[in-house]
Amino acid sequence: MEHILVVIYLIASVTFMWGLKMLSKPDTARNGNLIAAAGMILAIFATIFLYKDSEGNHLGNLVWIFLALVIGTAIGWIMAKKVQMTAMPQMVSFFNGMGGACAAIISIIEYNHLNHVLASSTMTPEMAADHHGKIIIILAGLIIGSVSFAGSIIAYGKLEGKINDFSLKGQQIVNIGLLLALLVLSILFYTGTISGSMWFYIILIVSLLYGILFVFPIGGADMPVVISLLNSFTGVAAACGGFLYDNYVMLIGGILVGSAGTILTVTMCNAMNRSLLNVLVGNFGGATASGPTSSTGGGTTKEITRSDAAILMKYAKKVVIVPGYGLAVAQAQHTCHELESILEEGGVEVKYAIHPVAGRMPGHMNVLLAESNVSYDKLIEMEDINPEFATTDVVLVVGANDVVNPAAKTDPSSPIYGMPILEVENAKNIIVMKRSMKAGYAGIDNALFYQPKTYMLFGDAKDTLVKLVNEVKSM
Amino acid sequence: MGILEFISSNIQMIYLVILMIFVGIELISHVPSVLHTPLMSGANAIHGVVIIGAIIVMGQAEGVLSLVLGFIAVIFGTLNVVGGFVVTDRMLEMFKKKK
Repeated sequence: MEHILVVIYLIASVTFMWGLKMLSKPDTARNGNLIAAAGMILAIFATIFLYKDSEGNHLGNLVWIFLALVIGTAIGWIMAKKVQMTAMPQMVSFFNGMGGACAAIISIIEYNHLNHVLASSTMTPEMAADHHGKIIIILAGLIIGSVSFAGSIIAYGKLEGKINDFSLKGQQIVNIGLLLALLVLSILFYTGTISGSMWFYIILIVSLLYGILFVFPIGGADMPVVISLLNSFTGVAAACGGFLYDNYVMLIGGILVGSAGTILTVTMCNAMNRSLLNVLVGNFGGATASGPTSSTGGGTTKEITRSDAAILMKYAKKVVIVPGYGLAVAQAQHTCHELESILEEGGVEVKYAIHPVAGRMPGHMNVLLAESNVSYDKLIEMEDINPEFATTDVVLVVGANDVVNPAAKTDPSSPIYGMPILEVENAKNIIVMKRSMKAGYAGIDNALFYQPKTYMLFGDAKDTLVKLVNEVKSM
Repeated sequence: MGILEFISSNIQMIYLVILMIFVGIELISHVPSVLHTPLMSGANAIHGVVIIGAIIVMGQAEGVLSLVLGFIAVIFGTLNVVGGFVVTDRMLEMFKKKK
């Protein structure tokens, strides 16, 4: 029977790799996810019924296992089904935290188990070596898992708006100190200089504390990068379980996510033209941003009335909409689609310009717009849309700011200098829809707003869009 | 010496780890940014495989503390797996091409 289990684990491992591969192409992504899910279910049930320990005993406590599975499935399913698309990033973070916690708890139980075994039998040299190996893995699972858990929950809270940006004076020093302390404690614990449950739990507490403080000062705009990083952490924590139980499927699944997650993290950083270190040290965004660093000297902005804006768009040949997080917050994606449809009916060519980090996560804006039935072909990525702005009559910026700030190209002293932007300033007219003149995440002024061909349309994105749609309709 | 001993006694798994690192990198490069979010979410679901460890721990648990902790671990792991895959599916559901 154990042969069957091994083969099933093999199949599951292949589905993970295959699924991940398919997830990286738009056409096959959905099936890829389902294939990986099928592999996972197979592996879970095979473990429950076929797993045997070294003495040939099957797993016990089946009733409890099933009860836990049912509870977890019910809660997970409901949460995942009910969550708003705009709240997707924090949901991912939450589930990631659960995985991290799971890995940390496994380490705690295994540590207690190890102590129990040691206490009840005399140690042979072989056992001592095995014990040492296990301690490394248990510690790694504990530390990585709990950092990931604490960090993810903080990230979740911050994105939900339940936790505010917060940083201590000398936060970086505290963080580095904690990290060093963790390292030293682990080494001492491993070599046996310090031992006993008390130190084990101290390491647990320091890890949790580090996870919390590590995410706390990072600004909202950088949160996706952090979530992606913590995601790969959890992958590594899961792989530790693979070592602990000589379980290949855990090892493969974990390491695959660990490495893929790291690459994804780096890719996201590149899209914002920032290094990972820069994000983690967090010198822009969040509480550390100290107001406008390079003022454009204020200047004057022009406001436009809704009816003028409607006329401008109605009689344009080509309109490009630049959606930003403001659109997502206002839940205005459906209204935006409505405006697009009405303009298209009138013969206007409408496209969407999607910045790689539009929304809260790369690709997040695409998900939101796709949810409101915007055709996939209309969503144009930055490199493809930039040359088109010169032939665009009207650009409508809805709730985006930093991604259209020309300072990224022209002002070397700007904190966002070098970040690729949507070059909307090349268009004939620009209408910027914003709640107020407040700065974006980067906390800097936007020179675009003061250009002669830029018009400001203040108000809530959804409310304004609804009225715009009515204006266009009535013409 | 401990570390070297550990590596040599787990050499097969270490090879596997290194191979998987390369496979992971290879699978993810050249992903359009459109898919970053679903991909992150899908990967998030896959590391839910940690639940297998939780099930094994739970199945061997003796004593109330292990039982309670194991129970929580299985719930958390299930949340990770189920929530992860369902959320990813919801995101990808929207990528259907319009005719």
